[in-house]
Amino acid sequence: MGRWLLRIATAAGFLFLYIPIGVIALYAFNAQRVQAWPIAQYSTQWFTAALNNESVRESFALSIQVGLAATAVALILGTLAAFAVQRYRFFGRETVSFALVLPIALPGIVTGMALNSTINATGIGFTTWTIVIGHATFCIVVVYNNVIARLRRSSRTIEEASMDLGADTWQTFRHITFPIIRTALLAGGLLAFALSFDEIIVTTFTAGTQETLPIWIFSHLRQTNQRPIVNVVAVFLILLSAAPVYLASRLSGSTGVAGSRS
Amino acid sequence: MTSDALAGSSPPDSPGRRALAGLYRRGRLQLALLLAAPTGWFVVLYLGSLALLLVSAFWYLDPTTSSIVRSFTLQNFGTLLSDPVYRTIALRTVFIAALVTVTDMAIAFPMAWYLARAAAPRTRSVLFMLVLLPLWSSYLVRVYAWRVILSPGGLLDWLFGLVGLPNLSPGFSDVSMWIVFSYLWLPYMILPIYAGLERIPQSYFEASADLGARGWPTFRRIALPLALPALAAGSIFTFSLTLGDYITPQLVSNTQFIGNVIYASQGVSNNVPFAAAFAVVPVLIMAAYLLVARRLGAFDAL
Amino acid sequence: MQRHRVLSLLPAIAVLAAACSGSGSTAPSNAAPSLGGGSGPASAEPSVAAAAPTIGPGEGQLNIIIWAGYAEDGSNVPEYDWVHPFEQQTGCKVNAKPADTSDEMVTLMRQGGGTVYDGVSASGDATLRLIGDGDVAAIDPTIFPDFANVAPFLQNAPHYVVDGKHYGVPHGWGGNSLMYRTDVVTPAPTSWNVVFDPTASQPYQGKITDYDSPIYIADAALYLKAHDTSLGITDPYELNQAQFDAAVNLLKQQHPWVGDYWSLYSKEIDNFTSKAVVVGTTWPYQVNTLVGSGVPVAQVVPSEGMTGWADTWMMSSHAAHPNCMLMWMGWMLTPHTQAEVAESFGESPANPKACDLLNTGVGPYALQDFCTAYHVNDQSYYGTIAFWKTPIANCGDSRGTTCIDYSEWTSKWTEIRG
Repeated sequence: MGRWLLRIATAAGFLFLYIPIGVIALYAFNAQRVQAWPIAQYSTQWFTAALNNESVRESFALSIQVGLAATAVALILGTLAAFAVQRYRFFGRETVSFALVLPIALPGIVTGMALNSTINATGIGFTTWTIVIGHATFCIVVVYNNVIARLRRSSRTIEEASMDLGADTWQTFRHITFPIIRTALLAGGLLAFALSFDEIIVTTFTAGTQETLPIWIFSHLRQTNQRPIVNVVAVFLILLSAAPVYLASRLSGSTGVAGSRS
Repeated sequence: MTSDALAGSSPPDSPGRRALAGLYRRGRLQLALLLAAPTGWFVVLYLGSLALLLVSAFWYLDPTTSSIVRSFTLQNFGTLLSDPVYRTIALRTVFIAALVTVTDMAIAFPMAWYLARAAAPRTRSVLFMLVLLPLWSSYLVRVYAWRVILSPGGLLDWLFGLVGLPNLSPGFSDVSMWIVFSYLWLPYMILPIYAGLERIPQSYFEASADLGARGWPTFRRIALPLALPALAAGSIFTFSLTLGDYITPQLVSNTQFIGNVIYASQGVSNNVPFAAAFAVVPVLIMAAYLLVARRLGAFDAL
Repeated sequence: MQRHRVLSLLPAIAVLAAACSGSGSTAPSNAAPSLGGGSGPASAEPSVAAAAPTIGPGEGQLNIIIWAGYAEDGSNVPEYDWVHPFEQQTGCKVNAKPADTSDEMVTLMRQGGGTVYDGVSASGDATLRLIGDGDVAAIDPTIFPDFANVAPFLQNAPHYVVDGKHYGVPHGWGGNSLMYRTDVVTPAPTSWNVVFDPTASQPYQGKITDYDSPIYIADAALYLKAHDTSLGITDPYELNQAQFDAAVNLLKQQHPWVGDYWSLYSKEIDNFTSKAVVVGTTWPYQVNTLVGSGVPVAQVVPSEGMTGWADTWMMSSHAAHPNCMLMWMGWMLTPHTQAEVAESFGESPANPKACDLLNTGVGPYALQDFCTAYHVNDQSYYGTIAFWKTPIANCGDSRGTTCIDYSEWTSKWTEIRG
């Protein structure tokens, strides 16, 4: 009995997760621009409209660029921080984890407003890089948690053995350490990319006139002009990401949200 | 695999190698270099901006010149404390955030349990992917989809009509907020619980069964306490994401959340001081929440 | 004050200098005959070059903040596209950011010290704030030949002309009318009491909509101006404490009846389509879209009058692309663009020369006798609309500085929304 209850509860949960996705997919075929139930007319016109739309392609490209850059920054800095905290004892060690979690734990509007005030005050100017910086603040912790969990489970002795045998620090890293943390980096990087790709609140405050995909979507959800295209884009994103997400989940086994488990 | 590359070879000496070797010996220097990049970045950019924002909560906006006066004043906090509407909004936000957290825990736990302990390995990968996929479709589009579902006369009302019930859809209200937020953050709760449950060795359950406990007592005394750090970790996300959101309340409800007031304030003649003052509320709440969560072991279960 | 005057004069000086030195090369224009000052017969291909002949070369990019619908590029209705011809003729790629409220526009204009966005379509409740803070530049309107044809009551209107200096060019104007579903709200409403009065609103309580901005308090004040003469309200934006409190209380009383507050067009459009709301304040753009989609709605100008907008294109004092912005301003004044704007949005164009085109119709939202229906040349009608302006303490009359300031409006609006 218990097992069937469990299965029903799980199925209900997945149903809950996917009903709105189903609605989105349905409305990608809505002929009209107004979005109300029920759908009066069906059409596939928006699929071609979406493909031909230059601004959605540009914002998609920008989102990919920003995502890759933020993930790269997060991978480097997160790994460095993880090594430092895991391998050494020093004053303030506990606060590093706490401080790194802050950007993802504090509301996005706080991070956004803070960075916006700083950008305006220092006169840096709003560029793609300010967007990347904003995203990287909360992406770092995702990679950090992944790597540090992996490091906790591996011992240092193998590294020491490698160096005893004559390898220098770089060789040790490349041949010993890196393979150990590789899947942790993959899982963390993928989640960091996902977080960056769909981020709207912090981006609103750190972008100038640049439009990442979420910003494009938001500005087109206001008006009804190109709103049906938005549904098409969302469907496309799900389909596009299914394969990479599946691959990553097979490769990295189970991961925590911020990736501490690998 | 790498032993061939290392054993028996005598690597050439070079300034780079000597420098790296020197660094390795001087542990502290290596440490300092390792930490310098991320923390330097972090302190300057993030914590500095945050500190600047919190300091600006003590400035004020001069209504006549509509420029920010940088002198110390508590008037923003005075307004927040004296005007009851801000208390109402803050309490409403915290209440819904807590409700969403509890709801998500209740929905996520069986799903995570099934994934961790009951599913076949191949099914598990597929289901895991299915949990993550919604995060890849735009947050905004999903919220708009909920408008279609929940609005009066929308999909939910249509379903009610099919079964003969009247139009009971919550429409634009706090109830809708609760439903939509629970939906949005569900994957963020499933993942840590899944990771936490997977870590529990099967032998614990066998031992518990050997000792005579079955089903509910095992769950209550073994699984739940061991999953507590994971629950705490997931709750960090559901709580904080609800606390600061302003887009979903604007789309799915006609009431205001903390995020709406902050956003509106900073958009009104740049009244950033007032927005910052009200932002102190979620910051303090989350700081306290994080301390409690850390105590419960959440940081290791994130 | 000194600094901002100099800064705001710089672009105008630059423009004049370029004109005087004769180096004012025009943007590449097409070979079709131009409309010039609109004196000749309407041609099918209006030209930016003729609209703004003495501006320097374009910078290749233009970043503007707009009310949604003010920079149509044919993606909504193919006939309404004034962005692509502009881009083709000037090489200035238009990047238009829609904003939901005037407050948002002011904040956006100030980003990066005014360098991020080159211009904005500001309503009267933003213009004076922007001028006062030196965010926008004074320009010489005579560089636009079409400016001479702008309706006389707009050429020196106080919401954008300060100390004899023009801080922009007019775009168009209109009123916040009352929209209702013709199949639900019967008989057709003629007064705002259908949203404010307990008895008249009774059948529709829970399905009313308001504009989500503190400036909406003025709509309540406008209602009280007609229905509670003891308060003595004359200007719905200049309210003393008693008048202000009465308006706020009216809105608080109304709050439980409001189904949704809108600032995104799509919210209002969806709500009316699904009958989540059936009556409330609107802009003609939404009416056009709903009618065009077959939803049974109509709009009416209620007996108490309405608040409204008179929008102005303004250029940032620190614009990164000033020439493109000036060219855009000139382009927006041409009769052809004015006609497209007026029809697609549903507002009165600033340049009545557009009426020739409007009366024959430009696109699917054409209306017979458009200019009569929209009172394009009617100064007295223009005078009846309570255009948005920023409430300030200085009442501008015998009451002195006892009026309620906008910052108080915003905090009270938070209270009203609950």
